[in-house]
Amino acid sequence: MTQSRSANTFLALTRRRLLSGLAAVPILLALGQAVPAQDFPTSEVKGNDLAVTDDTVTVGILHSITGTMALSEAGSVQAEKLAIEQINAQGGILGRQIEVIQEDGASDWPTFAEKAKKLLVQDKVAAVFGCWTSASRKAVLPVFEQYNGLLYYPTFYEGLEQSKNVFYTGQEATQQILAGIDWVSKEKDAKTFYLLGSDYIWPRTSNKIARKHIEKLGGEVVGEDYYPLGHTQFNSVINKIKLRKPDVIYASVVGGSNVAFYKQLKAAGIDMTEEKPLLLTISVTEDEIRGIGGENIEGAYASMKYFQSLTNQNNEQFVKAFKERWGDDIVIGDVTQAAYLGPWLWKAAVEKAGTFDIDEVVSVSAGIEMNEAPEGYVRIHENHHLWSKTRIAQAQPDGQYKVVFETDELMEPDPFPEGYQ
Amino acid sequence: MIGDYTYSEFGSILAMQGFAGLILFSVFVLMALGLAIIFGQMGVINMAHGEFMILGAYVTYLCSTFVSATIPAFFPYYFFVAMILAFCAAFALGVLVEWAMIRHLYKRPLDTLLATWGLSLVLQQTYRTVFGAREVGVSLPDWLIGSLPVTDVVEVPINGLFVMALTFVITAVVYLLMYRSNWGKRVRAVVQNRTMAGAVGINTRMTDRMTFGLGCGIAGIAGSAFTMIGSTGPTSGQQYIVDTFLVVVFGGAASLLGTIASAFTISQAQSTMEFFMSGSMAKVLTLLAVVGILMLRPQGLFTLKIRR
Repeated sequence: MTQSRSANTFLALTRRRLLSGLAAVPILLALGQAVPAQDFPTSEVKGNDLAVTDDTVTVGILHSITGTMALSEAGSVQAEKLAIEQINAQGGILGRQIEVIQEDGASDWPTFAEKAKKLLVQDKVAAVFGCWTSASRKAVLPVFEQYNGLLYYPTFYEGLEQSKNVFYTGQEATQQILAGIDWVSKEKDAKTFYLLGSDYIWPRTSNKIARKHIEKLGGEVVGEDYYPLGHTQFNSVINKIKLRKPDVIYASVVGGSNVAFYKQLKAAGIDMTEEKPLLLTISVTEDEIRGIGGENIEGAYASMKYFQSLTNQNNEQFVKAFKERWGDDIVIGDVTQAAYLGPWLWKAAVEKAGTFDIDEVVSVSAGIEMNEAPEGYVRIHENHHLWSKTRIAQAQPDGQYKVVFETDELMEPDPFPEGYQ
Repeated sequence: MIGDYTYSEFGSILAMQGFAGLILFSVFVLMALGLAIIFGQMGVINMAHGEFMILGAYVTYLCSTFVSATIPAFFPYYFFVAMILAFCAAFALGVLVEWAMIRHLYKRPLDTLLATWGLSLVLQQTYRTVFGAREVGVSLPDWLIGSLPVTDVVEVPINGLFVMALTFVITAVVYLLMYRSNWGKRVRAVVQNRTMAGAVGINTRMTDRMTFGLGCGIAGIAGSAFTMIGSTGPTSGQQYIVDTFLVVVFGGAASLLGTIASAFTISQAQSTMEFFMSGSMAKVLTLLAVVGILMLRPQGLFTLKIRR
């Protein structure tokens, strides 16, 4: 026992030297955590014929590497790979190294479903980390349920979903929205809101929740507008906003439209640093600011759970490791951090269950805690979402956010909010 | 609508809204011009038009990073140089593409559609490999950002004015080239009757190549200008392609005037409707109207009358 443990530690050390980019986190955590694989015989832990051998376990990463969504999903892939490499450097899971099979969803939802099926049926992966848009998740959901797979989904999304086979590591709509609106109403004395979004399920559901909550607080929605994905001309709606003079522009514009919207807002003479009107977004992370340009969005507020500038020890280590692995000029947005949680939460659940068996892993997941999360402490709720804090931050000209508010308590995930549907 | 607002407020909004329509008009003309030349004069459907625009945008991005790193004093003026370079780059790529691909397909116009679509995918992936999947931020000189206050409420975006001026200049240059120069005469002769034009000694191959290059070059300038109002990423070109085709087809493929008239109609209709209803709804109604009119006039608004 002693011998095998030291052998494992030695192995971990050698590997660490090879993966010199992964310095900080594994050094702190590796020692004493390596579990010998012999304690968990393959026949007992491979569940329903999963791809587990005596020294490896295979997982899937399923994101768009090509197509429109590639720019958004790139960060998630990097985060998931980093987490997996760090776990491997610590000795893996149940003494087994994680091997990754990466598939490309190609920004095409049927392709996502097809690749998910390939990962589950042909490769028999023990878990999949992936999907980004709600549309891709909806496309793979029946596949995961039919073949009893396990998906860790990183994006903040509209809620109204809960599946035995999916864990949602991003925030669902109420977690992201309620605290943000409470904050502007209380701190900035905002009464009137203009809701603006891209035209698909997430902004529409989010704005529905936002509208209910605004009206509950005694505020008023003075305008609500949706534009097709990829729309590039926002001058008309900016005029409408000027006419209505709302206290808050509540924006959930996504993708390339974002860049056009903020550039044109600035060009139209709306200086967001003056906060008349104040802009609160739920869709612009540090990733998007790279395309928009910090000077064009300076002063806007965002309501998310994670910002790269968070000052806690976990996050400092995470940012350092991420930059060492993927380059100094990289930025880390909310979803990237949520994607990083996936492999770690899966590891915790597998170790708690003592097996890779999907049903067992799912049944022990509720209540699993993660103290080392870059965003701080998180815990898995029975409804497969995460308890996490909501934060408000203001965009700075250098493209980073400065946190101005953080909820005292963890926000409870509530994917089927009563009174908001 | 007037109920809640004073007349002066309403007047200013009307003015700003009119201006928003004009900016949209300029944007449409600028993006459609290159395509109209290629489609109208050569009958080639260039599906990679958006990617040529993005090439211009990336050239502008490279210029802005290069200038701000090496000669910051020059930064306020770099945009003009960037536009010229964007034209050169897109022109060169256009000539290359014509030589390598398009000229083999003149007798099979539908195949050019497939081939240029393939080219657009290749270019997108090339941009992704070279510049990364994420969008890049193009920093602009200060004088291009912000707005001119005309009255308390009416504010005119400077980049909108810039796009309008640029569109005017480019359109004028294209007009002079096509209708007032010997080169334009040759191009039009080739369009009307390729065989006869060749028989009287016009180098039709060279004419085609230059026409294609010019169309792509103008797309490059458009892309360069659109860094002021839109995003620059590997797939950003796709955002413009639908509107571009809409304008060209609606206007009547072979007519410069048609392109301008159609851009004007579509932009005004869209920006007016966007003011009174949601953006998605405005788009739907615009498309419905275009479909309706094209059913009545399948050849588009304006056509060239040629004896075939």
